[in-house]
Amino acid sequence: MTPSSIELVCPAGGLPALKAAVDNGADCVYTGFKDDTNARNFNGLNFDDNALREGIRYAHDRKVKAFIALNTYPQAANWQRWTAAVDKAADFGVDAIILADIGLMDYAHRKYPNLRLHLSVQGSATSYEAINFYRERFDVQRAVLPRVLSLAQVEQVVKNTPVEIEVFGFGGLCVMVEGRCALSAYATGTSPNCNGACSPGKSVRWEQTPQGMETRLNGILIDRFADGERAGYPTLCKGRFEVDDETYYAIEEPTSLNTMELLPELMAMGIRAIKIEGRQRSPAYVAQVTKVWREAIDACKKDAAHFAPKAAWMAELNKVSEGQSHTLGAYNRPWK
Amino acid sequence: MKLSLGPNLFYWPRQATLDFYEEVARMPVDIVYLGETVCSRRHELRAEDWIDVADRLVAAGKEVALASQSLIESESDLKALRRLVDNEAFRVEANEMGAVRLLAEKKIPFVAGMSLNVFNGHTLKLLADMGATRWVMPPESSRETLVGMLAEKPADLETEVFAHGRLPLAWSARCFTARRFNLQKDTCEFKCIDFPDGMMLKTREDQQFLVINGIQTMSAKTYNLLRELPQLGAAGVDIVRVSPQAEGTAAVIDLFRKAIAGELSGAAAADAAAAAMPAGVCNGFWHGQPGLELVENA
Repeated sequence: MTPSSIELVCPAGGLPALKAAVDNGADCVYTGFKDDTNARNFNGLNFDDNALREGIRYAHDRKVKAFIALNTYPQAANWQRWTAAVDKAADFGVDAIILADIGLMDYAHRKYPNLRLHLSVQGSATSYEAINFYRERFDVQRAVLPRVLSLAQVEQVVKNTPVEIEVFGFGGLCVMVEGRCALSAYATGTSPNCNGACSPGKSVRWEQTPQGMETRLNGILIDRFADGERAGYPTLCKGRFEVDDETYYAIEEPTSLNTMELLPELMAMGIRAIKIEGRQRSPAYVAQVTKVWREAIDACKKDAAHFAPKAAWMAELNKVSEGQSHTLGAYNRPWK
Repeated sequence: MKLSLGPNLFYWPRQATLDFYEEVARMPVDIVYLGETVCSRRHELRAEDWIDVADRLVAAGKEVALASQSLIESESDLKALRRLVDNEAFRVEANEMGAVRLLAEKKIPFVAGMSLNVFNGHTLKLLADMGATRWVMPPESSRETLVGMLAEKPADLETEVFAHGRLPLAWSARCFTARRFNLQKDTCEFKCIDFPDGMMLKTREDQQFLVINGIQTMSAKTYNLLRELPQLGAAGVDIVRVSPQAEGTAAVIDLFRKAIAGELSGAAAADAAAAAMPAGVCNGFWHGQPGLELVENA
């Protein structure tokens, strides 16, 4: 594999974001239907049939691939809705569907043997043994790695599987193994696995109190901000809690993942695609992040040996980052 | 209905662990799951020690299964997994798809663990076809989902439900116990051994919310389905699981045994188990509610 084959995969929470991604240099866009069949099941987000048809046409006319995520876990009572979503995605001519549940994979693989299947990050496959399982059973062509492996561990995976590996490059950082986190389900009843949302807006309360701005999830105090502190969205794992008499970000700081400085290494080890997180973000975010990453990938392809992220790129990305800061996350061992 | 003891999710000193399983040999449980499922750095007992414990429990009349690590990161994790799969003597609980692959390839029957995300009958049937002889319901799943799945369940597949203990809710590459002490995971000093039931995480208004247990995050409240035992039985559950805790495991096992035998009502047993649930009790997931809630009139 030549490094130049790496793809930039960008989020499209709606048609304007999809066009922004395509216009700014995405190689692929990923989308979802307007319901809990995908892991960004938020109000006002995602695609109805007409928007998806137009989106796919817009992307294909410009030689950009369109994926759709059906990456939540169907349950006994709603199984048909997920299979209907697979049918529709196949009918619309998407370039790949991104799945997590093996039952659904089996359905898609049997019914549409020519449809490309990608293993979602929600499938929690962190080793080549797990990834090869999906390859052998369902002919999965690509796997998205959870954000838990160090760079050396990612390389070990790539070396031992024929499946294309996609990694997260930028965006919101899940500190937990995706697909293995029931924290939101525990606190709010809304589960990323089954309902496609974490720390949902409907459970959030913002309250100005004498102690400061308080943010709550289903009544549980997630954080409290002093005057002048920027109050962030109460994502459950990014609050300040008390452990053993110390109050701090006990799980993770509100920060974004940014792996741009690792690009030469990721490309050299044969990573096939870089994913940008953020289907819930604005078209302006998508445009900006796509543009910067396009420039970075092109620069790295041209001269990997001398590649370094430009200060201007990092500044642009920090502007749209959660907490206006970024981390290498698990790619950098000390983070663990 | 059979009673099982899940793998110990915490990290206890070697002697405390051996003493605990000596006690387990005398407890009225049918099935015992052994092994380290949370963190590969925990080494008070080595693989061969677990086999010794397993042999001792088999001699005491227990069925024993060895549980695989839930989050695989490194090549040495895979080596340990392959050794586990090849043990030949004991059934393996597969807790991620790498384990499923290795077991299915060798046509070794296995238990499909509760972190495999089995939420529908189609997935359940696939796992049964691959060699699963038992599956454990994901803790976040509900009665309604279970009933729907068991309506189409393959014959001879046993169903097990986590019915008592702090719920394992999330896994991470990061060790939150080490983080509390400003240590990195690679040089963690094994701090989690000092917290036999994990470290309490409270909100800034003193609500006991979660428990950190190394790379795992758990519920602060204890999930308990003693009151719901008749519902579990009616749904077709074959085995209920109790998760080990530093104090009171034997008492909880006793209460489950009595409630299953009908010697004690579920409500009376649940009241009697209160002492073993220091941060309170919850059962929301079973009832399709937020997990931390308690639905009283089941």
